[in-house]
Parts: sequence; structure tokens; C-alpha cells
Amino acid sequence: MTVNELALACGFEAVYLPDGEREVGGAYAGDLLSWVMGRASADDVFITIMTNINVVAVASLADVACVVFAEDVTVPQDVLDAAGRKEINLLKSHVPMFETCVAVGRCLK
Amino acid sequence: MKEYYYDLHIHSCLSPCGDNDMTPNNIAGMAALAGLELAALTDHNSTKNCPAFFSACERLGVIPVAGMELTTAEDIHLVCLFESLEGALAFDEAVTARRILIPNRTDIFGDQLILDAQDCIVGAEAHLLPNATELSLEEAVGVVRSFGGAVYPAHVDREANGIIAVLGTMPEYPAFSAAEFHDGDKIAAYREQYPIPPQTLVCSDAHYLTDIPDAAHRLALAGDTPAQVRKSLIRLLRGD
Repeated sequence: MTVNELALACGFEAVYLPDGEREVGGAYAGDLLSWVMGRASADDVFITIMTNINVVAVASLADVACVVFAEDVTVPQDVLDAAGRKEINLLKSHVPMFETCVAVGRCLK
Repeated sequence: MKEYYYDLHIHSCLSPCGDNDMTPNNIAGMAALAGLELAALTDHNSTKNCPAFFSACERLGVIPVAGMELTTAEDIHLVCLFESLEGALAFDEAVTARRILIPNRTDIFGDQLILDAQDCIVGAEAHLLPNATELSLEEAVGVVRSFGGAVYPAHVDREANGIIAVLGTMPEYPAFSAAEFHDGDKIAAYREQYPIPPQTLVCSDAHYLTDIPDAAHRLALAGDTPAQVRKSLIRLLRGD
């Protein structure tokens, strides 16, 4: 499944999608970036409500397929700018973290 | 320049997690007994016990600093210190406008008591204080600096609400001139792994009287009066 297909299937909004055709391999959810750094894997869907700019740094470091911001959290401009520089796919979910994870989990089955 | 023994992170009975024995006079008395010469009151998201703390410290010959431990929207704890009591109280109003109001359950979280200079209870904060505010890290730093204060991450060596645990590293932006450690023995190891600011402080984050440690850490500061020493402290921590 690609990031584009995931967004369509889960009803996620595209915030920034430089590489929507990237394949999704798994998923990791969390907000404490020190934990995410060591645990998220390449090609994961990284689900979070953290919107600090370091989310982009961690997404890039872990080489995740995309970031999904849960619960309609506002994505600040500096995060958008950083995602542009690092070519990180950003999506937004209109439902809370748990429901977002359930939706992603169903797609990855 | 003179060296001052300091503890710049102490909670009073206004913080729900702070013991009710942490009255302004008890803290000032314990600080004096411990040999501290410079002490900051830093309750969660409030400075409302600072006026009483100033009176108590001044009676006991400890130089008081008015401060706050601010919780950012990311759940990062920042220590915010001010040159003057008035500056801290004005900052308090700005933070109050950005708090997320959840009624305090005293049975779960504890009391949030406001005391006067004689340790008499004159009020209680009705809404829980330590929870995240709406201020993002960057915004919070901007607001503190707009009030002339010094701001730096608290207990960077702790998992709970430490900036490194939350963000994965010490961020480049906003740039900090100082960082607080709970355990001074960890500073060297952290420096090897993260871009720790040049000025480090070791503070107790005391919530109980027995948490206030004997004087051990010093800062060299200029000035003859308490106001001048505070000015010198804030300049040092702002990296001016």
C-alpha cells in the first residue's frame, strides 16, 4: 500500500505529499521523540500529536514513509518548511490518536 | 564578583505536588539553614507565592528570585526567572491567559495554596497548575524574553518533562544559554551526546523541605544589593 492509498482509505488529509507513491511497511505511534527515534522503523507510518519541528528531524532520521498528525492538530509553518526541505510526507487525521491507529492498523492487515 | 550558593528550582505548597509544609517561610528558613544564598521559587505555571517568598527571604538574608516552572504545549518544563517580583507577576498574567483550565481535584493532585508573608492561607488556585499550557516551546521562550526574563530547560536529565526526552535532543532553535540538571554527575556524559548549552545549573526541584539540599553549587555574580545580584544572574542565564 502506498501513502496515497493509505490517505484515501483512512480519510486522512494531505498536508504535504512530495512522495505519495512511497510504500508503507508498518506503523509506530508516539509523542516522546526520544522513544520514537529508537523505535520507529523505515517505511513506518508515524502517528503523533507532537508538532514540534523535531518531528520532521525524527521522521527523516527513522526514514518513515509518512507522518500522520492526529486529531486535527494545527501543523506550524516551521514544520511545513522543514518537511519541504527534507521531503517528508505529512498527513493529518481528523480523529483522535487511538482511532487513527485503528484505521491505519486495518489498512496494514 | 562573588560566588553565591544557589538553588533555583524550588516548589511551594502552590504546586499540587509540593508538600503543604513548603510554605514561603519554611522554604526560606530551610534555604538559610542549608547555606543557600540565592533561592528561586518556581511553582508550576504560577508565581502567586513569590510575593510571600520575597518577604520571607528578605527577613532571613537569602536573596530571593521570582520564577516559574512553565509547562509548554509539548509538555516540556522550562525554568523562567525574573529580575524583579513585579516582572514575574506580570509574566504570570500572560501565562494565565494561555493556560488550559482543568478543575483541580485536591483528593488526587493535592492542594494549591496561596500564602501571605506570615504563611497564612489567603487563597487557593482552583484549576490544576502543572498541565500543559497552549504555549509552544518557541512561543514560551519569546514570551519570557519579552518580559525580560531568563528561560532554560528544566531537569534535562529526566525522562519526565525533560526537553531531551520529549524532543529527542537539545534543539538548535530556540537557542538556550543555560540548562538545568537534577544530577550534576550526569553533565559530562550529556555533553558528549547532546549540544548542552555552556552554562549548566544543578538544582533540586524540591517538593518537600527535606529535598532542599545543603549548599553545594555556586555561581559567580556581580553586584552589592540583592537587586543587582538578580540582574547579574538573569544576564548570565540569558547569555547577554
